[in-house]
Amino acid sequence: MNPIGNLNKLFDSRIRLGVMSILIVNEEVSFNDLKQMLELTDGNLASHLTTLEENGYLKVHKGFVGRKTNTTYSITKAGEKAFKSHLAALENMIKSIE
Amino acid sequence: MNEQQHLQTLSDIKRIMERSSRFISLSGLSGVWAGLSGLAGAWIAYGWLNSYYNAWDTRGSYSDADYAGLRLKLILLAAGVLLVALIGGTYFTWRRARRNQLPIWDPTSRKVLINVAIPLATGAFFILGLIADNQPALIAPSCLVFYGLALVNTSKYTLSDIRYLGIAEIVLGILNLFFLRRGLYFWTLGFGVLHIIYGIVMWWKYERTAKAALENE
Repeated sequence: MNPIGNLNKLFDSRIRLGVMSILIVNEEVSFNDLKQMLELTDGNLASHLTTLEENGYLKVHKGFVGRKTNTTYSITKAGEKAFKSHLAALENMIKSIE
Repeated sequence: MNEQQHLQTLSDIKRIMERSSRFISLSGLSGVWAGLSGLAGAWIAYGWLNSYYNAWDTRGSYSDADYAGLRLKLILLAAGVLLVALIGGTYFTWRRARRNQLPIWDPTSRKVLINVAIPLATGAFFILGLIADNQPALIAPSCLVFYGLALVNTSKYTLSDIRYLGIAEIVLGILNLFFLRRGLYFWTLGFGVLHIIYGIVMWWKYERTAKAALENE
């Protein structure tokens, strides 16, 4: 079995990996909180979030706090599964080298 | 990608997961400070209670005015102790966050505060009710129980060890119910001694080595 085959190409990006790491342990995270935790600019984060959304790994909820828009993100079942198997693949590769 | 990079990636993921879900800057020194404030407050209260009972003995009878005065002084003292403990506690945690280059006001610290605030506010209104009903003996046990519940509740969002401190406070509060009118001793143990022990243990466990590591760099 080729262990690299289990690595998810989408998670080659450290930013996307960071987003998934946050969403897997937090039910719902706002755009601004993601931005703060990952220390990113708006545009940079937004494009990666779109990619993850298009792949069905996260759900977007648009809401309002007062009159300001408040967009929050949460992980989907598919996203959780993909992230976990990516983690498992990483761990397996380390074990196979040892 | 080689083994080293995979290891690095995994540890980054772990770090992000932890930092995004838990407030890890809570300093042990904050606990020690809160404990010292508690002890100082208890010492002052002890003195006031003593002179209150001495005055009662010399007078030979109970005095409404004395009792009302003592009650007001004790409430103000408790508020003062809380304020001093909070200010100092925040300072040490702020200092630790700054050293680790982490924000002190972020989603995790907000979660900690909200989850502490709900049981604590409930307790505050409960205790206001006790004061209104003139049930002073129940105040100390209620403080301990609600504070313990607040800590247990928030332990999911910060250093999980705080759960044990919370459980210990709850146990003390319940015990106090079986030894009513010994509230000051239980209060001193719970808010003074336990905080200091907890703070020292936390500092020893998380901050001592971190400080050494920083100095070695």
